[in-house]
Amino acid sequence: MEQTDVRERVARLLAEHDPARTDRLAFLRARFDAGLAWVHFPVGLGGLAAPRAHQVLVDEELAAAGAPDNDPRRIGIGLGMAAPTVLRYGTEEQQHRFLRPLWTGEEVWCQLFSEPGAGSDLAALATRAVRDGDGWVVNGQKVWTSSAHTARWAILVARTDPDVPKHAGITYFVCDMTDPGVEVRPLRQITGEAEFNEVFLTDVRIPDTHRLGPVGDGWRVAQTTLNNERVAIGGQAMPREGGMIGVVARTWRDHPELRTPDLHQRLLGSWVDAEVARLTGERLRQQLASGQPGPEGAAMKLSFARLAQELSGLEVELLGEDGLEYDDWSMRRPEIVDFTGREAGYRYLRAKGNSIEGGTSEILRNIIAERVLGLPAEPRGDKDLPWKELPR
Amino acid sequence: MSGEVDLLYSEVEEELRASVRALLARKASAEAVLGRCESAEPYDPALWRALAADLGLAGLAVPEADGGAGAGWREVAVVMEELGRSAAPVPYLGGAVLGTAALLAAGGGGLLPDVAGGRRVAVLAVPLTSGPGAALPATVAADGAGVLRGRVTSVADALVADVLLVPARDADGVAGLYAVAAGDVEIVRRTSLDLTRPVAHVLLDGAHGQLVAAGELAEAAVRRALLVGAGMLASEQLGIAEWCLATTVAYVRERRQFGRAVGSFQALKHRLADLWLEVVGARAAARYAAATLAADDPDAEVAVAVAQAYCGALAVRAAEECIQLHGGIGMTWEHPAHLYLKRAKADQLALGTPGHHRAELGRLVGVHM
Ligand SMILES: Cc1cc2nc3c(=O)[nH]c(=O)nc-3n(C[C@H](O)[C@H](O)[C@H](O)COP(=O)(O)OP(=O)(O)OC[C@H]3O[C@@H](n4cnc5c(N)ncnc54)[C@H](O)[C@@H]3O)c2cc1C
Repeated sequence: MEQTDVRERVARLLAEHDPARTDRLAFLRARFDAGLAWVHFPVGLGGLAAPRAHQVLVDEELAAAGAPDNDPRRIGIGLGMAAPTVLRYGTEEQQHRFLRPLWTGEEVWCQLFSEPGAGSDLAALATRAVRDGDGWVVNGQKVWTSSAHTARWAILVARTDPDVPKHAGITYFVCDMTDPGVEVRPLRQITGEAEFNEVFLTDVRIPDTHRLGPVGDGWRVAQTTLNNERVAIGGQAMPREGGMIGVVARTWRDHPELRTPDLHQRLLGSWVDAEVARLTGERLRQQLASGQPGPEGAAMKLSFARLAQELSGLEVELLGEDGLEYDDWSMRRPEIVDFTGREAGYRYLRAKGNSIEGGTSEILRNIIAERVLGLPAEPRGDKDLPWKELPR
Repeated sequence: MSGEVDLLYSEVEEELRASVRALLARKASAEAVLGRCESAEPYDPALWRALAADLGLAGLAVPEADGGAGAGWREVAVVMEELGRSAAPVPYLGGAVLGTAALLAAGGGGLLPDVAGGRRVAVLAVPLTSGPGAALPATVAADGAGVLRGRVTSVADALVADVLLVPARDADGVAGLYAVAAGDVEIVRRTSLDLTRPVAHVLLDGAHGQLVAAGELAEAAVRRALLVGAGMLASEQLGIAEWCLATTVAYVRERRQFGRAVGSFQALKHRLADLWLEVVGARAAARYAAATLAADDPDAEVAVAVAQAYCGALAVRAAEECIQLHGGIGMTWEHPAHLYLKRAKADQLALGTPGHHRAELGRLVGVHM
């Protein structure tokens, strides 16, 4: 698929569905059906089996024509994590059922992975799924579930076999968040709002047709989700001065009266780091496009988190007296996740989550050290014991 | 910007790397480099001939019409990475990079064919600490007949230069770039921090210079050479850091204490993961600098400032981590780690410190004090 073919398809979509006179959802559905949702996806599932790099072109041309987008800030988990997993492990029927409304934003997704007793050590999870006829009955508690309050579907990992070692007894499901056994309670965050929740699952019924991948193979399926999560959090294509560095550089330029030599040096240092991170991401995308995947993926999220934290902290310092104020502590349940949204104080606090969500920075360093550098794992005693015999 | 810039290595570049690496493995082993660096002949003339003439690397960036290979700064950058990995004692930076870039920008002065063929080494006579964007050094005076008097301190690779390219000013303050035969000047070797790239002072006392470029052209040639040099140096720094990381990882996997490989201790794993992350960043930054220099992209100045601000500090950190994580053996003269530390530390000062490049960057992208 050449760039010119993609361009032609964009032109045809715009000609047949003038954005100015087409309903937003109707336009998004037409875009999906034209294969212009995510061009690297297969034909019939919103894509054209084209190189991922062509997506930039599609997005730019559609934005220039004033076409609506699918507001990725509302559906980040669906786009970044559920979709690649459904694509890789879903049946044809599951793919056709889930991907279109996921992409258009008609159906929001959330991720029911973490539990009170299983965070970094996700494989220790205790939520049980028990076979019942042609389906499963699920009981347990999940926590830190972002967007559970807006979600129609969840990706869920649950224990289906407690008698085997922990990594082996997990199965991956799609869970209906409207099931009467699903209870979502907000968890208020340090920002004042409740972006994440705790989710109680009581006799939730999941049909076997909503299982993703083989029974007992959930850990492998979850790796696809987690790897994509890391790229989704830190690996987005950015223009120069995109993201947090752009926000802070703007504040710097707008406020000559607040500048100090110390902050100047630190800002320049972070500017360099942000540009290097951007180029690293660019290089990673070029590697993926030319079929030479490199291990840089985990790296992106690590440097993203560090930079977001450094820069957002610097901005609060820079603001002086304004840095002492906060826009709004009231408890809200936001529908979007936007790391660079609201004001400096919010950005500073929200950035603290960047080194925790999607795998902590410590865990990512372990991954790099062991899987990229080949350093030996720490000695551990939890890998071969049946899950039910593990100390908890 | 980077949208269309290729940050990967082409197949040709990978082949080039393989041949350079193979040659250096044969001729620039750590023992060989170490043995040479305190001798009367710190540079390796046989290695230089093999690199410059036999492999044709001296003229990589020189057009074929001028006797070069007609490649460009991307390829030179690959050579610099490999030279960084081996800390090889050859005058590549002073000659094939700084000297050649100055000649290319100044019109050649008739020297390019010999320089590109590796028959003569033409070194740019500026203090190694000169950063891009700095004013042309004015420590040498020229009279109307091209007779030069003055001195240039801390010149890298001057010891093995055949020709020195000397920036000078005449009585009216007009700049000129002069080619001076090395035999006509006094070259004073300094005991240098960097054992594998010693610096020397160049003293000119009535030496005759052939004018290569005058006025704005001369100034532009030196500016361009310093920019190219700083950009290429980032690739050398990347190579240094890669060697340090790979050597350290290999060591901590083998070395056992407390009944296990020391590389299984998380404190060390996390330090090495962080270092790896920075090396990955350095590669992207150095590639971008090389690519923009090769294409004469208007973003090259920003690219070089970013690459230098990042890679200069990284190479030093990598070498320091290398020594620390080797323990006592890392502190010995016998282990090659110190060659890399010394090269990395000198490189941090070379062609502008990271602080110099951050200041340049602030000016270029409008992040002012
Ligand atoms: C804003 C936000 C949104 C989130 N959204 C979701 C969501 O939508 N769905 C979901 O399933 N989860 C979500 N999470 C949860 C997140 O994935 C977990 O918080 C994370 O994996 C860490 O688990 P934990 O909180 O149990 O911390 P723990 O695992 O208990 O970690 C505590 C500390 O110990 C460190 N640590 C743990 N193990 C090791 C080790 N082996 N070596 C070194 N250090 C170690 C950690 O790095 C951390 O610093 C979210 C978290 C945040 C902050």
